[in-house]
Amino acid sequence: MSVLVNKSSKVIVQGFTGSEGTFHATQMIEYGTNVVGGVTPGKGGTSHLDRPVFNTVADAVQKTGADVSIVFVPPAFAADAIMEAADAGIRLIVTITEGIPTKDMIMVKEYLRDKDTRLIGPNCPGVITAGECKVGIMPGFVFKPGKIGIVSKSGTLTYEAADQVVKAGLGISTAIGIGGDPIIGTTTKEAVELFMNDPATEGIIMIGEIGGSLEAEAARWIKANGTKPVVGFIAGQTAPAGRRMGHAGAIIGGAEDTAAAKMQIMRECGITVVDSPAVIGLTMAATLKKVPA
Amino acid sequence: MNIHEYQGKSILKSFGVGIQEGIVADTPEQAVEAAKELNKSTGTNWWVVKAQIHAGGRGKGGGVKLAKSLDEVKEKASAIIGMNLVTPQTGSQGKKVNKVLVAQDVYYPGASPTKEFYMSVLLNRQKGRNIIMYSTEGGMDIEEVAAKTPHLIFKEEIDPKVGLQGFQARKIAFNLGLSGESFKQMTKFVASLYKAYDSIDASLFEINPVLKTSDDKIIAVDAKVGFDENALFRHPDYLAMRDITEEDPTEVEAGEHNLNYVKLDGNVGCMVNGAGLAMATMDIIKLAGGDPANFLDVGGTANAARVEQAFRIILKDPNVKAILVNIFGGIVRCDRVAQGIVDAYKNIGSIPVPIIVRLQGTNAEEAKKIIDESGLKVFSAIQLKEAADLVNEVLKK
Repeated sequence: MSVLVNKSSKVIVQGFTGSEGTFHATQMIEYGTNVVGGVTPGKGGTSHLDRPVFNTVADAVQKTGADVSIVFVPPAFAADAIMEAADAGIRLIVTITEGIPTKDMIMVKEYLRDKDTRLIGPNCPGVITAGECKVGIMPGFVFKPGKIGIVSKSGTLTYEAADQVVKAGLGISTAIGIGGDPIIGTTTKEAVELFMNDPATEGIIMIGEIGGSLEAEAARWIKANGTKPVVGFIAGQTAPAGRRMGHAGAIIGGAEDTAAAKMQIMRECGITVVDSPAVIGLTMAATLKKVPA
Repeated sequence: MNIHEYQGKSILKSFGVGIQEGIVADTPEQAVEAAKELNKSTGTNWWVVKAQIHAGGRGKGGGVKLAKSLDEVKEKASAIIGMNLVTPQTGSQGKKVNKVLVAQDVYYPGASPTKEFYMSVLLNRQKGRNIIMYSTEGGMDIEEVAAKTPHLIFKEEIDPKVGLQGFQARKIAFNLGLSGESFKQMTKFVASLYKAYDSIDASLFEINPVLKTSDDKIIAVDAKVGFDENALFRHPDYLAMRDITEEDPTEVEAGEHNLNYVKLDGNVGCMVNGAGLAMATMDIIKLAGGDPANFLDVGGTANAARVEQAFRIILKDPNVKAILVNIFGGIVRCDRVAQGIVDAYKNIGSIPVPIIVRLQGTNAEEAKKIIDESGLKVFSAIQLKEAADLVNEVLKK
C-alpha cells in the first residue's frame, strides 16, 4: 500500500516530446513507472520513447486508460494543460512546471473545485512511491522502500530528508512534493491526511518553509486527528522579512508565517520539530522507537 | 518586481483610478517646471515634493515635504534629490534618492472635511482568491491598525468566476462610512482599482492613504504596486519600468546569470541547489555559529561555469569569511559538480576564504575523492551534519 500512485498507475506525460518531458519520461520509465503514452498537440499518431503520442488528453485517456498525468508544459500554457487533463477525467495531475502566473492558478483552482481530480504542484518535484512508481523529477535511487511518508514544499530538501531516513535504517512509503508556489493543488494538511489513512505509513515527515499558513493548518489537523508520529522542519529560520527566497511563495508577510511562528504552532500541536535539517532522519528513527508497537 | 510611486500612479490612472496628480523630476529645476505645469493643470498653489525610492515610510525619514511656493519647491527638491534616505524599510544604510515626484496638494479646505482610508488588493493564499482589504484608518501603518483595532479592518473576497461585483463595491463604500457623491466616487474607485490589479497581473496593490477630498473626490495619494514576476512575460511594457538602480547591484548581476541570489548581512556565504535546501543551509550556518551572507540557488544545472559565476558573486561581499557549498546531486552528478568546483577554483586564481563542500547524492564518493585529491584548500563532507561541524570549526580559527 501507499498513497496517490502505485504499480498499477497508468501515467501519461503532457509535454511529452519536449526536452524536459523526454528526459524525465525516460527516467520515469527506467524507474519502472508505467508510462502509457504522452500528449503533444499536433504530434498525435506518432510515437515517442516507444509510446504513443496523442493530440489531446481525452484521446490519451480513451486509448490507454490513463489515470495519472505529469505536466511539463511551459508556464504560459501550463494552466490550460492542467484544465485539459481535469476535463478528460484524469484522477491525479502532477504539475512540475515552474513559473505559472498566479492569476492562471486562481482560475485552475476554481476550475478544479467541482471536479474529482487531485492536483499536485505546480513547481514541485512530483510524487514517488518507493520501488513502485515515480511521477516526478526526483532521483529515484534515493527513495528506498519503507514506512515513512514525506510531504514537502521543496525539491532537494525532500531528497535530503529521504536520504537521511534511508540512512537511519528506515525507508519511504510515498514522498509528495507539494510545491513552493502561493497557490498549489494539494496542501500539506491533505497530504498528511492521506498518510494518516495509509496502513503502509508508520511515521510522517513534514517539511515546510516560510510564507503562508499550510503548516499551521496541517499542525492543527494533526492535533485533532493524528494517529502517527510526525517530525517537522521549517526552512528559512534565518530568512529576512519581505524578500522572496527563490520560491514565489517563500516570502514572510506577517508575524504568523515566519519559521519561528510555524515551529511554535507545530510543537504545540504535538509534532516533533527539529531546528537542524541535518537530523530529520535520526529524529524520525528515535521518535518511532518511543512509540509502543 | 516593485516600481516607483509615480509609475504605479500612472498605471492606476490609465485604468481610470483617481490619483493625486504629479510630475516626476530628476533635478530641482525640473521640479520647479513640474510645479508650474501642475498649477496650470490642477490649479494647485501648494505642492508636495516626494522622494521616489522603493521603500515605504518615506515621510518619517524626511523624504516627503510640503512646499508653499515655487522657491520652496526648489529648496525642498534640492534637499531631497541626492539625499540618503533612511526609513524603517530601507535598513540603516538607507537609499539614495535620484528622483522626486512633485505632486498637487490634495488636502485643500472645502465644503466637507477630508478623510483618509486604507485599501489594498492581494492574494488570499489559503482560499486561492484575491481579496480587497480596507480600513477606515488610513494614513498609518496597517500592521499597527491590525494590532490595535482589528475590527476596523475589512476584507472582501473576489470570486474569480465573475470578478468584483457592484454590490461588493457598494458594501466597501458603505463600510467606509461614505454617502452621497463621495459614496458614488468610492464605488468607481474600487471597481477601477480591481480592474487594474487583475489586468496587469499585480501581486500587491497598497493604497495608503486613499483620500476623500474636501470636494468629495476619491483619490490615491500613495501607490505601492508589486507585480507577479511569473506573469511579467505578458507585460513587456511594465517590465520596462524596472529601475535597477533601486536593486542591489550584485543581485542584478546574479540575475543576469540566472542565479537566484539574495544578499544578507552575515559572514558565511553559501551556494546550494534548490530554494528549500538553500534556506535550510542558511539555517544550518546559523546553528553552526555563523550568519548567512546570502541566499543562492544555483538551480538544477550546477556546471563548472555556473559554479564559477556563483563563487565570483559570493566573493564580492567583503564580509564573507567562509563559503559552504551544499549540493544534493539527483539528476546532477556530484563528480561533475566537484570537477566544476576545482576548475572554478583554478580559474578564479585565489579564493581567500576557506570553502566547505558538501556533495551528496549521485556519485558523492567519487566527488569527495576529486575534491580531496585536488590539493586545494577545500574541506569536503558528505553528511549535512559533518558540513555544519566544519563550518563551526572554520569560524573558530
